Amino acid sequence: MDFSSFLLMRQEIILLAIILLLLIAEIFIPKNKKSSIVHLAIFLFGIHTVVGFLAISECSIFGGSFQTNNLIHFFKNVLNIGVFILLLQSADWLQEKIVTQNKGTEFFILLFSSLLGMYFMISSGDFLMFYIGLELSTLPVAALAAYETSKRISSESGIKLILSAGLASGISLFGVSLLYATSGSIFFHDIIGVISANNLTILGFVLFFAGLSFKISIVPFHFWTADVYEGAPISVASYLSVISKGAAVFILMILLFTIFKPLMHVWENIVYVVAIATMFIGNLFALRQENMKRFLAFSSIAQAGFILLGIISGSQLGTTTVVYFVMIYIFSNLAAFGVVQAISLKTGKENMSDYEGLYRTNPNLSLVMLLALFSLAGIPPVAGFFGKFFLFTAAASEGYYLLVFLAVVNVTISLYYYLLVVRAMFLRKGENPIPFFKNKLYMRLGLVITVVGILVLGLYSPLYDYIYELSSLFN
Amino acid sequence: MDILSLFVVVPVLTILALVFTKGLKQARLVSMVGSMFQLGMAVNLVIAYFKERAINDNIMVFTKDYVWFEQFNIHYAIGVDGISVALLVLTSIVVLAGVFISWKMPDLPKEFFISLLVLATGVYGFFISIDLFTMFVFYEIAVIPMYLLIGIWGSGPKEYSAMKLTLMLMGASAVLLVGVLGIYFNSNADGGALTFNILEIAQVNIPFEAQKLFFPLTFIGFAVLGALFPFHTWSPDGHASAPTAVSMLHAGVLMKLGGYGVFRIAMFLLPEGAMHWDTFFIILAAIGVVYGAFGAIRQTDLKYINAYASVSHLGLVLFALLTLNKTAWNGAIIQSLSHGLLTAMFFALIGMIYGRTNTRDIKKLGGLMKVLPFIGAIYVITGLAYLGLPGFSGFVAEMNIFVGAFENPSMFNRVLTILAVSSIVVTAVYILRLVGKIMMGPLVNDDFKDLPKATWYEKTGILLLLIPIIAIGVAPLWLSDMIMASLDPFIKGVL
Repeated sequence: MDFSSFLLMRQEIILLAIILLLLIAEIFIPKNKKSSIVHLAIFLFGIHTVVGFLAISECSIFGGSFQTNNLIHFFKNVLNIGVFILLLQSADWLQEKIVTQNKGTEFFILLFSSLLGMYFMISSGDFLMFYIGLELSTLPVAALAAYETSKRISSESGIKLILSAGLASGISLFGVSLLYATSGSIFFHDIIGVISANNLTILGFVLFFAGLSFKISIVPFHFWTADVYEGAPISVASYLSVISKGAAVFILMILLFTIFKPLMHVWENIVYVVAIATMFIGNLFALRQENMKRFLAFSSIAQAGFILLGIISGSQLGTTTVVYFVMIYIFSNLAAFGVVQAISLKTGKENMSDYEGLYRTNPNLSLVMLLALFSLAGIPPVAGFFGKFFLFTAAASEGYYLLVFLAVVNVTISLYYYLLVVRAMFLRKGENPIPFFKNKLYMRLGLVITVVGILVLGLYSPLYDYIYELSSLFN
Repeated sequence: MDILSLFVVVPVLTILALVFTKGLKQARLVSMVGSMFQLGMAVNLVIAYFKERAINDNIMVFTKDYVWFEQFNIHYAIGVDGISVALLVLTSIVVLAGVFISWKMPDLPKEFFISLLVLATGVYGFFISIDLFTMFVFYEIAVIPMYLLIGIWGSGPKEYSAMKLTLMLMGASAVLLVGVLGIYFNSNADGGALTFNILEIAQVNIPFEAQKLFFPLTFIGFAVLGALFPFHTWSPDGHASAPTAVSMLHAGVLMKLGGYGVFRIAMFLLPEGAMHWDTFFIILAAIGVVYGAFGAIRQTDLKYINAYASVSHLGLVLFALLTLNKTAWNGAIIQSLSHGLLTAMFFALIGMIYGRTNTRDIKKLGGLMKVLPFIGAIYVITGLAYLGLPGFSGFVAEMNIFVGAFENPSMFNRVLTILAVSSIVVTAVYILRLVGKIMMGPLVNDDFKDLPKATWYEKTGILLLLIPIIAIGVAPLWLSDMIMASLDPFIKGVL
């Protein structure tokens, strides 16, 4: 291994450098100019995002514990874009609420550390690296969830997250140890050859799957989701629901399609059942939510259920579609969270009834929300429709027509509650609508990028073909 | 730009132009210009179609095909035959009339016209598509603006109606999606590649088991929009709450997507499934015809009367399609056109009456002919055309349907036909009673004495609809020929 192979970890190294730079900058920036740390962080991360698009070659280093290829690289870029949008959307909040308490730098350091953890998690070539990545991606988020120390509910959310995540990691680790016991190795490429469907392996797999399910908030491991989202600062809830979930879905899919391929007849059934449960429970609970954060929490649980439809197909079509859908989902959900964030920051209001009459006072924000909700609901011509249609196609390609039928029933249920928000914003006039306000540049930019994504990603088909090409690496 | 894609491009450009308008005057002007251009294009298309048909005997003409999503073999594929040309013309007429009828839209005019044109875009796109995926996309685009249109600009229990309508139609489209996927994954039954292209799928012998499974899904998916009993319940509430132009567009055009889809997708692509399920669905359709007619008798709200009448008349379309007879099919298509024009006309007139008297309750109306002679006269004409008086479009359509349906020698079909024919009598009852009650007789309310007369834009809208109604009525053959020539490929599948 020579020095140049370190460059294959370019994404990780640059992100680490940014974290260190911010740490140093924190020391040298004078007290009265602390808000400039926000600009610096966004600037640096913007560069990192752009640099990420340089091509990378396929490789595996550190004796196979770290691997990367074009699909993984592409997915890291997707995560980068998501985090970048998130930073833009939370810049105002940071400057007004967090920097004034003199803990702006830590926010970025924690956030970036978590992202770093996800990089390692999706690049892992063995279970050790995977576990380290999983922990590194979760622990900082727990701190972030409790970031608004002045609010009780925020601390509660932090504790809830760390407890459930700790439990989940523990279960996962136990599963891994059982897999090690049966296969004699923790390296993925060794396991692929020897795994077979005996009881111990299946038990190990189920425990492992359960651990990851926590992160994706698949039923029955979803209980933390709504509470944590409600209490956590909106940027953190948004991070959990898109970036963290996206990365976990990705690695789950990769592992299912590669090392657990011989167990497909087992995990097919599991995924089938939990997909149905996740869709129904997420959707039915979302129906009655008043708080927008809880609302989006349950909606994101339901979306995870839809994603499982892509996973169950176990084919290249499935891989492509899941990556494609996650990307669209990141843009759509970030747009929705961005609007909630903007309104909450200006007015402190987070309930659906507060949104009544929003269109007449803040038409642009309402339109962004409308597009985001339509995309989440899967209505053409916005991107979410294409994502969902292809997920269903992937499931139908393996003959899961009943599952697809149940999924479309759920689409209709979900449409109802997405339309409730539309109803509040557009149909109602509201007694006391949120007065007009203007967003700052960062927030506007953050929302504009998501809107462009929502409008373009679906209609622009070469992107899908590109992902399809990349996905051949895993099938 | 080819002649068909313009039907999508022009409305989209109109919408983009509308985004930059300010106030009612600019918005309606832009919409009017855009819609007039559409009407011009539609007329031009008819002429071009006849020219093309003379030298080209493919099923679809003016076809264009661009690959969209390569992995799924999804194309943006377009093409028209006589049926879709006729429906495109209908759409452009009703849209333009709708713009005129909404000339005085007080609340959020820009948004109203944008939503209206989004709906129109969806409908145009639907009629020109020959790719299942593209078609499905346009279908949903046409349905979803309904929520905003009814919810924001409607009247009465508008939130409830809007939600009910949207959920039922989107639910139907969700069921349809399963059907579409089922067709797609069976389109390689003969060893070819998977395809969404309708013409290619029609060549494939999809296994009978699959046809049996996916026909009802596809059929119901479309037929809900065509107000198939018992899935029609969204329609009366939706129509009653919708603003005038939206009712016009919805009953006049959007509901035609249902019949068209049933014919073009469900029956054309799954003919064996159609024959297998025929008896079941034809009973539902016949019930719908009679039920709708009796439902209309019981109503006192003008819009509800019309909505139930629509259930009855569109039930007739489905009924005719399911008789599997060429003459009846011809009638079904003409009935679609005729009902589209007539019902749009009715809703426009109801909107005008309501706008002046602030009531749609027939008990509170009476003697309007004296104060509103133009509206009154047109109302009577429309009513007569609606119950199938010779000389108007309704007669041509129903004549064809019933003659065709009776040609079928099976006793079961004949009994059903007789049942369906009886709905004409019921129609006559409610139409004549209605006309007698609200138009004739003494003026019931003195406040109605000096109601404002019809304005120029209202008259323009009305005339736009009236001309084709009479044209079809007195000279149906050119239309019949155009449609008949396009029915042959369908015949091959089911007869």
